Amino acid sequence: MSSNQNILVKLKDAGFKINDKWLVQGVSLQVEKGKIVTLIGPNGSGKSTTAKIALGIYKKIEGAVEKFTNKVGYVPQKISIDWTLPLRVNDFMVLTENLKSEIIDEALSLTGVIHLKDKNLGDLSGGEFQRVLLARAISKKPDLLVLDEPVQGVDFTGEIALYELIKKISDELDCGILLISHDLHTVMSATDHVVCLNGHVCCSGSPTDVAKNEEYKALFGDQASQILSRYEHKHDHIHTDEGKIKKN
Amino acid sequence: MFDDFFIRALVAGIGVALVTGPLGCFVIWRRLSYFGDTLSHSALLGVTLAFTMEFNIALSVFIISSLIALTLIQLQKRTNLPGDALLGLLAHSSLAVGLVVIGFLTFIRFDIMGLLFGDILAVTVDDLLIIWIGGAVILLILKLIWKPLFASTVNYELAEAEGLNPDRAKAIFTILMAAIIAISIKMVGLLLITGMLIIPAAMARNISTSPQKMVIFSIIGGLLSVILGLFSSLEFNTSSGPSIITAAFLLFILSLFKIKQTIKLKN
Repeated sequence: MSSNQNILVKLKDAGFKINDKWLVQGVSLQVEKGKIVTLIGPNGSGKSTTAKIALGIYKKIEGAVEKFTNKVGYVPQKISIDWTLPLRVNDFMVLTENLKSEIIDEALSLTGVIHLKDKNLGDLSGGEFQRVLLARAISKKPDLLVLDEPVQGVDFTGEIALYELIKKISDELDCGILLISHDLHTVMSATDHVVCLNGHVCCSGSPTDVAKNEEYKALFGDQASQILSRYEHKHDHIHTDEGKIKKN
Repeated sequence: MFDDFFIRALVAGIGVALVTGPLGCFVIWRRLSYFGDTLSHSALLGVTLAFTMEFNIALSVFIISSLIALTLIQLQKRTNLPGDALLGLLAHSSLAVGLVVIGFLTFIRFDIMGLLFGDILAVTVDDLLIIWIGGAVILLILKLIWKPLFASTVNYELAEAEGLNPDRAKAIFTILMAAIIAISIKMVGLLLITGMLIIPAAMARNISTSPQKMVIFSIIGGLLSVILGLFSSLEFNTSSGPSIITAAFLLFILSLFKIKQTIKLKN
């Protein structure tokens, strides 16, 4: 039963509602060591809610969630920090765990923001702050990383580098990652398992399986499905993907 | 050189300032000044009950303030009234009930001014023990819950997701608030305790660049306020509470000049 020991978090028929309105319902998934599970789906499909259920932030849920580790790193989609706090990047890095200075420096260097270490958190740009958030989450060397739109607001080259970093972290730390992303191109390069949400699990499986799924096509349209299949041809060339270059 | 009562007041005030410094920072960060007000207003009820039943004042205030805090949490769950309305409701109701009860206690001579604004003549050796032992316990507990409390102050969901149990830290902090009010009531008086919590911390915010610095400056500010306040209280024969708070306010105004300088430097 070695595969069972690798499970970090497991959702079974999980759902959450606010004021009788279901945000998401009937989600079953599991994240294992060294694996990347990606949640995709349109706005309001319950991706962030699912992540928060997995993290135990929402308590009154339907179904069951089992978490087998306490070493968790979280990058939330939205974070509102009250600037009545005088908080530097360095203070923020040790928010939930005390870390050695070298480890903080290493994580900040990996995400390319070491030069901001002594800056006030409130003075950072959106993209810089996002890099700090990611650095904080990985610096703890967690077993489970939950990344909700981790590269939002990050510039184009940075985005690719950070996704590569995420893949590298998953391999090196052998940690499980629950990733939420809108960028289908990049997501598919590293993902082991895709869960497509639309208030419920509309389909799930390997990226290739999901791309072929009719419900997925209906949800995202033909173009998205082409992205996935085209991606398959360019497995090692995500940097030079044509659509991306045009966008830049 | 000084009378015994003054030394006692000074030792008591220093003890209070050491504790209100760090707690006050959290009161500002978590936007709890009105919550602090509500708890301290309810302290009057605690004091009157202590007199009626010949009970220790600090303990009685601690119990009543904790009960008010629990009532507030329950009311928040069960009504649709906004938080500030509930705070006002509890603050003024408990103050009113306290004053009504005092009206019935004609057999006891009551120094109501001393109660409301603090009285340095009233500090006894027992009070010193309560302040220093109680204060040490408060600081120790605050140190233990610092990490989860601070993390959840910055962001609740991060703290919860990463397993720090912020709800427990918040509940413990509420109790600590009731405790600091209980031990500082004789010095500062129940109308001005929140001032002792927030004014030195607000001063510290103006001149700090990190949370640790803010805590240290807040303690220093509190200590200076107590020392300046008590000496002027002795000199001008004013109540100790208003004198301490006025000193704290003057320090706050001084700290504004530091901000001006920093802004100039930036530009």
